[in-house]
Amino acid sequence: MDAKELQKANARLVWRMVVIALLMFGMGFAIAPYYDAVCNFFGISGRVKEASAEQALSVDESRQISLEFVTVVNGQMPLRFRAETGKLKIHPGQYYTVNFYAENTSDKKLIGRAIPTISPSWTSAYLKKTECFCFYDQEFEPHKERKMPVRFVVDPTVPADTKEMTLSYTFFDKTEKTQTIKN
Amino acid sequence: MSVTTHDDTHAHDHHDHGPAKGFMRWVTTTNHKDIGTLYLITGLIMFFVGGAMALVIRAELFEPGLQYVDPHFFNQMTTLHALIMVFGAVMPAFAGLANWMIPMMIGAPDMALPRMNNWSFWLLPFSFVMLASTLFMDGGAAAAGWTLYPPLVLQTGHALPFTVFTVHLLGMSSIMAAINIIVTVFNMRAPGMTMMKLPLFVWTWVITAFLLIAVMPVFAGAVTMLLTDKFFGTSFFNAAGGGDPVLYQHLFWFFGHPEVYILILPSFGIISSIIPTFSRKPLFGYSSMVYATASIGLLSFIVWAHHQYTVGMPLAGELYFTYATMLIAVPTGVKVFNWLATMWKGAMTFETPMLYAIAFVVLFTMGGFTGLMMSISPADLQYHDTYFIVAHFHYVLVPGAVFALFAATYYWLPKWTGHMYDERLGKLHFWLTTISVNICFFPQHFVGLAGMPRRIPDYAVQFAEFNAMSSVGAFVFGFSQLIFAYVIYKAIQGGEKASSEVWEGAEAHGLEWHLPSPPPYHSWTEAPAQALISDLH
Repeated sequence: MDAKELQKANARLVWRMVVIALLMFGMGFAIAPYYDAVCNFFGISGRVKEASAEQALSVDESRQISLEFVTVVNGQMPLRFRAETGKLKIHPGQYYTVNFYAENTSDKKLIGRAIPTISPSWTSAYLKKTECFCFYDQEFEPHKERKMPVRFVVDPTVPADTKEMTLSYTFFDKTEKTQTIKN
Repeated sequence: MSVTTHDDTHAHDHHDHGPAKGFMRWVTTTNHKDIGTLYLITGLIMFFVGGAMALVIRAELFEPGLQYVDPHFFNQMTTLHALIMVFGAVMPAFAGLANWMIPMMIGAPDMALPRMNNWSFWLLPFSFVMLASTLFMDGGAAAAGWTLYPPLVLQTGHALPFTVFTVHLLGMSSIMAAINIIVTVFNMRAPGMTMMKLPLFVWTWVITAFLLIAVMPVFAGAVTMLLTDKFFGTSFFNAAGGGDPVLYQHLFWFFGHPEVYILILPSFGIISSIIPTFSRKPLFGYSSMVYATASIGLLSFIVWAHHQYTVGMPLAGELYFTYATMLIAVPTGVKVFNWLATMWKGAMTFETPMLYAIAFVVLFTMGGFTGLMMSISPADLQYHDTYFIVAHFHYVLVPGAVFALFAATYYWLPKWTGHMYDERLGKLHFWLTTISVNICFFPQHFVGLAGMPRRIPDYAVQFAEFNAMSSVGAFVFGFSQLIFAYVIYKAIQGGEKASSEVWEGAEAHGLEWHLPSPPPYHSWTEAPAQALISDLH
């Protein structure tokens, strides 16, 4: 190889390597939507699906599942957040409404968003909500309590060995973020 | 034919004479030996800086309770110690060895891209000054551990953007060094130097370079997301906006696991060069070594989540990552077997580089075994985030990567300086280091198995004896390294003249031993004769 050819070969190889590096940088960003898509496809995201329309399902009286409610407030958000009941015995196929309460303990208006998680994660596909405060951002006036209902059904096709499920909500403070966007 | 080829290349080379004089020589240099020296010196300095931080940690842990530093500063020390040792000491030292040795080993006059080489080095001092400056900023340096996990890392004060930019600069530097090495090895080999004739140090570095190009950008992307989450209202890792902090862990370890092989593969190459020389035998199973290294490189991309067994993975994920991780023991076992087989019935002598190489084989294997223990996901739930993992990765990185760097320095120092180092001091350094490193890290296995968590400045009293032992070992280890610095200084200043071969019979093990000691400023201005290459084994 003479000097010119070598220089050309070097430049070609350098550019190939640079392209690999750039593609890998992009992959880091592409992995988030990809990961979501894969998890949703296999139903292993542990997240409850979006609102579904209410339809009549056959109620399976012979089975009973113990459904627990867990309420968590993320970080230092000044919110007193609870469910009206800690535990509910339910029959698959029957609709239930459970009320959640949250009180803003600060002097400022709060905007929050509740993120649900269901465990065991493989049951998440069977818990269907027709109404939930987690579908929207929630506003809390200072020192006011709000009642927030959740209406749901557990699909009767849920695997037979499901005896216990936990539905957990974590409230995240979006006050600052929302204001930044508004400004 | 080869001679004319060479003259053409040379006409484009701007240094037909020796180095320029004074400070500007080092700033503007494009010579592979100068840049290699700069990298090596930077690595050594950062080794002492990171070491001083380790001693702050060990002083605090000498006894239970809080003595010298507050917990926040303690966590800054664990974070910076790791970042500096990984990116400041070990990686630049390997890059220095690559710059010095690869052109000499493949019969090339210099690296393929000398100007980029200069740039990739000079990014380093600036990024480390920036990283060090974060210690004095409002809120202190990053204190979330070297993994920089959100949401904790997002609580860092003013230091966060500087830490992130440091990672960006270090990433750019590593990627450029990696590209340079790949281009050099692919395009600049002397005629007759086929890929399967390359010394293993060159092979391991080529594979390391590919790992760097593939994973450093992923890490750069992940820390960029941290930055935008903190300052620009994105929610990559923020559940309130639909993100997930676990995503960061996946991105980090997709980088992090190949990264640990980036830190160890060049060591494999060094040990594979040293053991044959001092056993006076060719390396056993050369091609199996090449394939084993390549398989380790490939496997490193598909095992990352074994760092996250406790994150709440589905069973299928735990099983997959357990089995895939255990698979890595196979090519690694091939390597250890080949090193032992090379020594078998060899006419061995035990100069300092060989002592370090043997200690590497023994102690690295121990670190490998604890790694196997942790690959088993149900067992790992007990080991996760305890001192057991600290003991494991220090066994593979200190008596692993760092010992390989010591071995390489003693092995090639006479070649670089033209003077033999002080063998008596070298052996003293070896024994002090090897004994103290075990006193330091071995007890950490026990406290870890008993449940002592990592990254905590205080601990339950039942761990007191083992921690005191560990701290004594750490201080002896730290101060023993002053001997190492002195041996290098002494060899640069003068000493017994080294022959071009340096070690008995070394000429058969690599082209670098055919150049005078010290080698001329430009290594192979005339390509080495075919006979030299075909005589190598």
